[in-house]
Amino acid sequence: MLRPTYQAAMVTSTKKVTSKGIGSGGGFPGPNGKKPGGNGFHGGDRSKRKFSPATYRITMWVVLAAVLMMFAALSSVYIMSSEEERRPIAMPSMFFLSTGLILVSSGTFHQAKRSLQQDRPRAYLRWLLATLALGVAFLGSQLVGWRELARGGVYFAGHPRSTFFYLATALHGAHLVGGIALILYLVIRRLRLGWLLHGQKNATWHSVVGLYWHTMDGIWVWLFLLLLIFK
Amino acid sequence: MSAETHEGVHRHPAPTGFIRKYIFSIDHKVIGIQYIMLALAAVLVGMIMSLLMRLNLSWPGTKWPILETLFPTGAPGGVMTPEFYLSLVTMHGTIMVFFVLTTAPQGGFGNYFLPIQIGAEDMAFPYLNMLSFWVTLVGFIVILLAIVVEGNASAGHWLSALGTSFTGGSGTVGPIGGWTGYAPLSALGKIAGPGQGAGMNLWVISIAIFCVGSLLGALNFITTLLNMRTKGMSLMRMPLTCWAWFTTAVLALLSFPVLLGGGILLLLDRIAGTSFFIPSGLYVSGLLSGSNPNFPLHTGGSPILWQHLFWFFGHPEVYIAILPGMGATSHILATFARKPVFGYRAMVFAIFAIGLLGFFVWGHHMFISGMSPYSAIAFSVLTLSIGVPSAVKTFNWLGTLWGSRIRFTTAMLFALGFVSLFVAGGISGLILGQSSLDLPMHDTYIVPAHFHLVMGVASIFGMFAALYFWFPKMFGRFMNETIGRIHFWVTFIGVYAIFMPMHIMGIVGMPRRYSSFTEYRFLDSLHPLVVLVTVAAIVTISVQVLFYFNVFWSIFKGKKAGDNPWEATTLEWTTATPPPHDNFAGVLPTVYHGPYEFAVPGAPNDFVMQTDAEADVSSGNGHKH
Repeated sequence: MLRPTYQAAMVTSTKKVTSKGIGSGGGFPGPNGKKPGGNGFHGGDRSKRKFSPATYRITMWVVLAAVLMMFAALSSVYIMSSEEERRPIAMPSMFFLSTGLILVSSGTFHQAKRSLQQDRPRAYLRWLLATLALGVAFLGSQLVGWRELARGGVYFAGHPRSTFFYLATALHGAHLVGGIALILYLVIRRLRLGWLLHGQKNATWHSVVGLYWHTMDGIWVWLFLLLLIFK
Repeated sequence: MSAETHEGVHRHPAPTGFIRKYIFSIDHKVIGIQYIMLALAAVLVGMIMSLLMRLNLSWPGTKWPILETLFPTGAPGGVMTPEFYLSLVTMHGTIMVFFVLTTAPQGGFGNYFLPIQIGAEDMAFPYLNMLSFWVTLVGFIVILLAIVVEGNASAGHWLSALGTSFTGGSGTVGPIGGWTGYAPLSALGKIAGPGQGAGMNLWVISIAIFCVGSLLGALNFITTLLNMRTKGMSLMRMPLTCWAWFTTAVLALLSFPVLLGGGILLLLDRIAGTSFFIPSGLYVSGLLSGSNPNFPLHTGGSPILWQHLFWFFGHPEVYIAILPGMGATSHILATFARKPVFGYRAMVFAIFAIGLLGFFVWGHHMFISGMSPYSAIAFSVLTLSIGVPSAVKTFNWLGTLWGSRIRFTTAMLFALGFVSLFVAGGISGLILGQSSLDLPMHDTYIVPAHFHLVMGVASIFGMFAALYFWFPKMFGRFMNETIGRIHFWVTFIGVYAIFMPMHIMGIVGMPRRYSSFTEYRFLDSLHPLVVLVTVAAIVTISVQVLFYFNVFWSIFKGKKAGDNPWEATTLEWTTATPPPHDNFAGVLPTVYHGPYEFAVPGAPNDFVMQTDAEADVSSGNGHKH
C-alpha cells in the first residue's frame, strides 16, 4: 500500500484555504488576471486557485471534442444525403481564397508563438494582429463566396447539398468568430499587461487559443475538401 | 473520521443574500438540489400524462369532464381525441427522458456529490455550472410552452405574430412526434397535420436548448474530475459513482452535439424551407410536394438520416440515464452489505465498456427502417455484446452481496430493486437486440415494456436509492424509513405489475402508440390485462404522493443525522452535515485508501475511511492500487 509514501505528505495536508476562495468569486482564476493572486502563486497550495495549465488545456480539448462531433455529424449528413436530383455544385472561387487565408493565419499564429518564446513582445503583437486580420478577411471571403453561390443558382433552400454549402460555412464561421474573440483577448492581454505577462499563464493562454484556432483551420480544410471532392 | 478534517476549521464567507444563496447560486450543492427539484417537478408532469394515457387505454370513450375544462380542444365533450393521446405520448417521453432521467442522476446527484467525493471545493467552473442549470430550466419552460401553444388557439395566434413559421393552435394538446420526433412528419410543419405547428417548433428548440445545457454540464464534470481531485485521490481510488458520472459526462459530450446538429437541421427544414429530412415527391395530407404554395418543392432529403442522427445520440442517452444509477447502486450495495465492491477494477472497465459500446449500437433502434441485413447483423452482434459488461456488473453486485450481513435500509432496498429491474429489463433487450426478433416486435408493447423497466424505472430506482442514501448528508435529516419502506414495496411490486403484462401484450401483438383498441377484436381478450396495468399504475402513482410528502416533510422535520450516519467510507461522510459552503471547511482532505474498505480485519470499526491515515488495510480484502 501507499501508506508509507503518504505519511510524510499528511503533515502538509492541513493547509488552510485562504478567505478569497470560491465563496467570493467562483474559484476559477479570473482570466483577466486582475484578481489578486489570480496568477496563483500560493506556495504549493494544491487547491484550484493555483493556476493550472492542465485545466485550460483539458477544457479546450473537451470543447473541441464537442465541436468536432457536431461537424462530424453534419459531414455525415452531407455524405449520406440522397443522390436523387442532385447536381454537382461548382466550388466558388472565393472559397479557394478562404482556404489560403486561413492556412496562412495558422502560420502567423505559429509565428506569434515563436515570438512569445523568443521574448519579442512587439513581434508577438504584430503576428497576433496579422492573424486577426486574416481571420476577419476569411469571414469576408466566405460572405463573398455566398453571393457567388447565389449568383450561380445555388440557394439555401434547395437540395441538402446546396444548403450544406451555406450551413457548413455559417456554422464554421460562427465558431471562427469565437476564435477571433479569443485572439482579440490575447491582444488585449498583451496591450494591458505589456510584457509583464511573460510566463506560464500567458504561454498557456496562447497555446489554448492556438489549439482552437488550428482546429478551426483543420475543420475548414476538411469541409473544403468534402465540398470540393465529394460532389 | 480522520483527524485533519477537524483541524483548522475555517469557513469561507458564504453568500448571504437569499437570491445569491438559493436562486442564482454558484455552489454546486445548491445547483445539484435545483436540478433534483427540477426533476421532481418534471416527473410530476410526466407521471400525470402517463396516468391520462392509462385511463384512456383502459376505459376508452369515458367522459372526463375535467379534461374538457382543461383541454377543450384535446378532449371535446370530455373524451380524449387520438391526437391528444399522441401528444401525451410525445410529451411524456420527452419530459421524462430529458428533464427527469438526464437531469436528476447527472445534474442533480452528480453535481452535488462528485466534487465532494473527489475532495474538491466546487466544480471547476462554478459560473458555468449555474449557467448550465438555468439553460436547462429554460429548456423545460420552452417544452411546457410547446404544450400551451399547440393546444391553445389564442396563444398560437399570439405567437404567430412573431413570425409566419409559428402558426400554432391546431386543436391538440402539445406537439405530436414521439420523443424521437421522426421525420418527415416532424420536418414538414403545419401541413403534416395536427400537432405539427408552433408547438413542434418549440419542441425542437427546447431540445436544442437542453443540448447546450447538458454540454456545459459535461464540460464542467470532465474538467473537474480530471483536474481537481484532492491529494491521494488517484483514479482507482475514486468511488464508482464518480466513474459513472465521468463516463456519463463523456457520453453526453460526444452525443449531444450530434443531436444539436440534427436539431438545427430539423428546425431549418421546418422554418427555412430546406430539405435535409424531406424526400422528393412526398405526398402528405392530400398534397404533393411542390404542388401548393403551402407545401413547397422538396428534393433530395432522407428521413432515415434523422433516425441515424437521433439514435446516435439516443442510444448513448440511455446510458446517460442509467450509468449514474449503476454507480449509486454499487456504492450503496457495498455500504449496506458492509463489504468492498466485488471486483472494483472490473466494475470500472465495465462502465467504460458499456459507454464505449453504446456508441456503436444505435442501429438497433432502426432495424425496421429497411436497413441492409448485413448492417443489422453488425448492430445486433454489437448490441448483444453489451450483455457482457452488463453481466460483469450484475455478477459483481451479486458478489458484493454474497455472504454479507445486509443492513436493509430503504436506500439498500431501492439499490437491490435496481439490480432486479436492470436484470428483468435487460433480458428483453437480448430478445429485441436481434434483428430477426425485433422486426415483428418493434411496434408492439414489448418495446415500451423493455425500455421502461431497464432505462426508466431502473434509473429512477437508482435515484430513489441515491436520495434516501444521501438525504441525511444533503439536508442533515433522515427521510422517514417507515414511509420509505412502504414507498419501496408498493413501487417495486407496482412497476412489475405495470410492465410485466406489457411483455405479454407485445408478444400477442398489441401495437404501441394507439390511443385505444376498441376496433381490434383479436386484442379484446387482453383488455383485463390492460385494466390491471392501469390499476397498478394508479396505485404506484398514488404511493409517490407519500414519497413527495416524505421528501418535503423530512427536510424540515426528519430525524437529525450525524456526519456519517451510514458508517460509510467516502469523502462526503468525512465532512460536516450538511457540508459547509466550500465542502471541507477550508481543509481539503487527503486520501489514503480505496473507496470501499469495509470488513477490514483488525480495524476498530468494520470500515476504514478514505482519509484514515493510521489504518493499515494492506492485509485486508481491500484494493491494492
